[in-house]
Amino acid sequence: MKAVRFALRSFGRELRSGEVVVLLLSVALAVAALTAVGFLTDRIGKSVARQANEVLAADIRLRSPEPIPLQWRQAAEAHNLRTAETQTFPSVIFAGDESSLTTVKGVSEEYPLRGHVRISDRLFTEQYEVDRIPEPGTVWADGALMARLGISVGDAVSVGEVDLKVAAVLTYRPDQSIGFASLAPSILVNLADMPRTGLINEGSRVGYALLVAGEEDAVNAFYAAVEKSLPDSVRVRNREDSSGRAGAAADRAERFLSLTAVISVLLSAVAIAMSARRFAHRRMDTVALMKSLGASQRFIITAASVQIVLLGVLGVIIGCVVGFSAERLITSMLADLFQSDLPDPGLAPVALGSAAALILVIGFALPALVQLRNTPPLRVLRHDAIPPPPSRIFVAGSSLLAVAALLYSIIGDGLMLVIVLGGMLVISGCLYIVGRGLVVLIGRSRGGVGIAWRYGLANVARRGRDSAVQIVAFGLGLTVLLLLTFVRTELLESWQQSLDEDAPNQFLINIQPQERDSIAAIFEAAGITAPGFVPLVRARMSTINGEDVKTREYPAEDGRWMANREANLSWATTLGDSNELIEGEWWEPDYQGPPLVSVEEDAALEMGVGLGDQLNFMIAGQEVELTISSLRRINWNSFQPNFFMVLSPGALDDYPVTFVASLKIDKQQKDVLLTLVRAHPTVSVIDLDAILEQVRSIIDKASLAVQAVFVFTLAAGIAVLFAAVQSTIDERRFESAMLRALGVRRRTVLAGVLTEFAALGFAAGLLASAGASILAFIIAVNLFELEYNFSPALWFAGLLGGTVLVCVSGFLAARGAINAPPIDVLRAA
Amino acid sequence: MSNNSPAAAAVLAAVNVTKVVTSPEGDLTILSDISFSVEKGASIAVVGPSGAGKSTLLALLAGLDLPTSGKVWLDGHCLTDLDEDGRAAARARSVGFVFQAFHLVPSLNALENVMLPLELADKDAPRDRAMTILAQVGLQDRWSHYPAQLSGGEKQRVAIARAFAAEPAVLFADEPTGNLDARTGDKIMNIMFELNNNRSTTLVLVTHDTTLAERCDREIGLDAGLLVTDSRAVA
Repeated sequence: MKAVRFALRSFGRELRSGEVVVLLLSVALAVAALTAVGFLTDRIGKSVARQANEVLAADIRLRSPEPIPLQWRQAAEAHNLRTAETQTFPSVIFAGDESSLTTVKGVSEEYPLRGHVRISDRLFTEQYEVDRIPEPGTVWADGALMARLGISVGDAVSVGEVDLKVAAVLTYRPDQSIGFASLAPSILVNLADMPRTGLINEGSRVGYALLVAGEEDAVNAFYAAVEKSLPDSVRVRNREDSSGRAGAAADRAERFLSLTAVISVLLSAVAIAMSARRFAHRRMDTVALMKSLGASQRFIITAASVQIVLLGVLGVIIGCVVGFSAERLITSMLADLFQSDLPDPGLAPVALGSAAALILVIGFALPALVQLRNTPPLRVLRHDAIPPPPSRIFVAGSSLLAVAALLYSIIGDGLMLVIVLGGMLVISGCLYIVGRGLVVLIGRSRGGVGIAWRYGLANVARRGRDSAVQIVAFGLGLTVLLLLTFVRTELLESWQQSLDEDAPNQFLINIQPQERDSIAAIFEAAGITAPGFVPLVRARMSTINGEDVKTREYPAEDGRWMANREANLSWATTLGDSNELIEGEWWEPDYQGPPLVSVEEDAALEMGVGLGDQLNFMIAGQEVELTISSLRRINWNSFQPNFFMVLSPGALDDYPVTFVASLKIDKQQKDVLLTLVRAHPTVSVIDLDAILEQVRSIIDKASLAVQAVFVFTLAAGIAVLFAAVQSTIDERRFESAMLRALGVRRRTVLAGVLTEFAALGFAAGLLASAGASILAFIIAVNLFELEYNFSPALWFAGLLGGTVLVCVSGFLAARGAINAPPIDVLRAA
Repeated sequence: MSNNSPAAAAVLAAVNVTKVVTSPEGDLTILSDISFSVEKGASIAVVGPSGAGKSTLLALLAGLDLPTSGKVWLDGHCLTDLDEDGRAAARARSVGFVFQAFHLVPSLNALENVMLPLELADKDAPRDRAMTILAQVGLQDRWSHYPAQLSGGEKQRVAIARAFAAEPAVLFADEPTGNLDARTGDKIMNIMFELNNNRSTTLVLVTHDTTLAERCDREIGLDAGLLVTDSRAVA
């Protein structure tokens, strides 16, 4: 009790004296990083969970490229199940001169069977749930779409051949994609209006779906009854496999972000250990005094523990507030990527943050406290009497245990824990060795000019271990920031540069054979060369060399997907510009023999097929047998319409065909697209520029959010620097006083200190630039198959950023030592 | 000398105390076979040149350190038989300190510093007692100041108030005027001797200052670890 009273009494003063601020902030930083990520993933997780039960807007969904046969619906109703129907297709819709590619979703009265649609009366006003669908003649439109078209509620949009009034803003529908918005915003239309649009005809890309919901047994019985009669083209989804996928994605995001936060936490732990050492050291005099006044060891350890716990609690509070605000900031940056408002976060992250703070404080500060307990009371008379240092095994063991406990709470898997922990130990070991190497190099260059230079560099070399830790800690924070800042922009640029200047930026799909002439005429009238029309027939592979594609073994999982998906087949007389023949021979332009097929090389590899193999396809109910006659390599970056399977001429003559075309249209010529889509409403125009712009904006925002998490890493690096400087502050104060007493000017001492931190910062920048470049190289070459160009800007930013940041932080941390009057310091020593 | 009775009767006694430390150059004898005892209420000065072993003797007498051999008795307890916490408890009951470097707890104000030994010794009304003794050293108006806000003389007055607060049987003072100018030093010593007389505390004063030593009832001289003079023995 006495010890607690003593601890409480002196705590406020300790806090005001600034001595414990670094320790406090290190704890707060760790908690902030964890809770920011925790709150974010908690909200996303809740959102996923909330949607899991309604993600299909039904219990089971049958989706087909053909209209839903009446008997399926009757079968469902026979099982006492509720049903609804939807029709979905992409289309360009108009409002005045503005247009946008849109997902048009027609729904029947009963939609949705699970969950609720939410709308608002105007943009950015309160949303509410409704149990109805848009009245005939009206639509509900996504806010993003309304913004893009520049319309508000009450305005009309042209959907194909009809004008429909926007009656409300669609803020949420249960079966929207979870988390991130799809590229095309959607409008909800009354199913009764769909035929009037004129957009539903032979060959148009409509997805028809039957939604079914009811008692679980009845749903299963219904599915068992219809399963046999379902054609291959029907895709069936039930609740489990839908929510499972979204859940898995959310889990992966959570793990990635948590591990990101862990880097900050570990750096904070280093800062905690350093400043706890200082905390203990500063208290040795007081502890010796207390002991001389008769305080027991228990009193000492209780008082110190109470203060550490108070610091921890304060750190948790500050950290939670910062983490909560950071999360708000991150979600506001991501706001338009989420289709609906995220639910409020729970308190679980606070618990995680508190537990982490406790673990860190115990694991990293305890050894210092235990040492404090053993301070000899003799120290009141003899200042050189210090307690024996805590055993290395104890220090290493307790911190390793703390890290393991922390990681386990995040990873929750023993084997993964061992792998991650081992990886971290190896990486930090390597980084530390590099850091030590840099310190040695710095020490070697001290022969240079002037006392300030020599004094500064000598300081780096003398505190070799701490210097290396600082370089690594700071370098790590800088690496991740550099990586995100430069790599994302440079990767995108590098990719765009690799594209042909004249690469098409507009795709036209779903062109009926009879529309070709009229479309060509529209372009020619506008002074644009008419595009080539490439035929396309939709088909499904049935067998490979007589083996059923469903049951066959594939060398790669992608091969299975490739064989089982709905394929787009085309034919050609000559080999396309962006194609290169790798194996086999191309057919003669006037070839008329049995149907041949040329397969893209990767597709062939993944499916495990080669020259002479037989591929059978089902097209509109008929089987076609193809022999592989050649393999091709495709330059996908050409942006020409290309196909995995290209057939010999005549092979597809008897089947329903549509055409696609691609062309380059300058901004000022874009009006022609309006004319085109008005004249041919079923043709879909895909504006690649707009999609690229949107992809770029999504990547920008997502990486900005991740960057926000990494700012904690940099801050933790700064905390390590502060802790390191603080642990040497007495020494620095004395040295500076000595030098000044010997006649060295204050300016020179300052220059020495700045040299020291500039050297540390430069080394950290070097480490970070090299690290970021290597990672960027790996990402560019292995992940994106792009050429990686050496980036002078990255190195410039890394070296300059590192030097300036460390110089400024170091100066702030050490300025007290430089400015103290020499006489006070020397007298006190 | 028989072991128990004379030593135990005195408030403070050293019996054949020897202190040897191990250094790279070999064993170093700091104190060699020191024996003496001090009666209750006496004031005794320990004098001698630098390195004579004065501070080591003080540390051993107060139980801050243990002798290599020999025994130390303090207020009826054999310190050398106690563990660290036991010695701390004995100090809390019976010992006050005044140090050359003041040694105030920087995060506590003057009053709280004085209250500290009272609380450690579980005395009643620590606040009132501390205020009273602060008034006796003339610092009643500065009780809320922190050490950093006090002058050297004021700090030492707080330290003296702290040393006397728990009414210890023995007060150890290690060069109490060493960090003060002569005028302030005199004032401080006056306060100290006055309190010592009023409370009949036993005072053990380690000093270089011969005038200061002369104010004590008895003077013990150390040189190179040996007890070379004892004014009472001479008298």
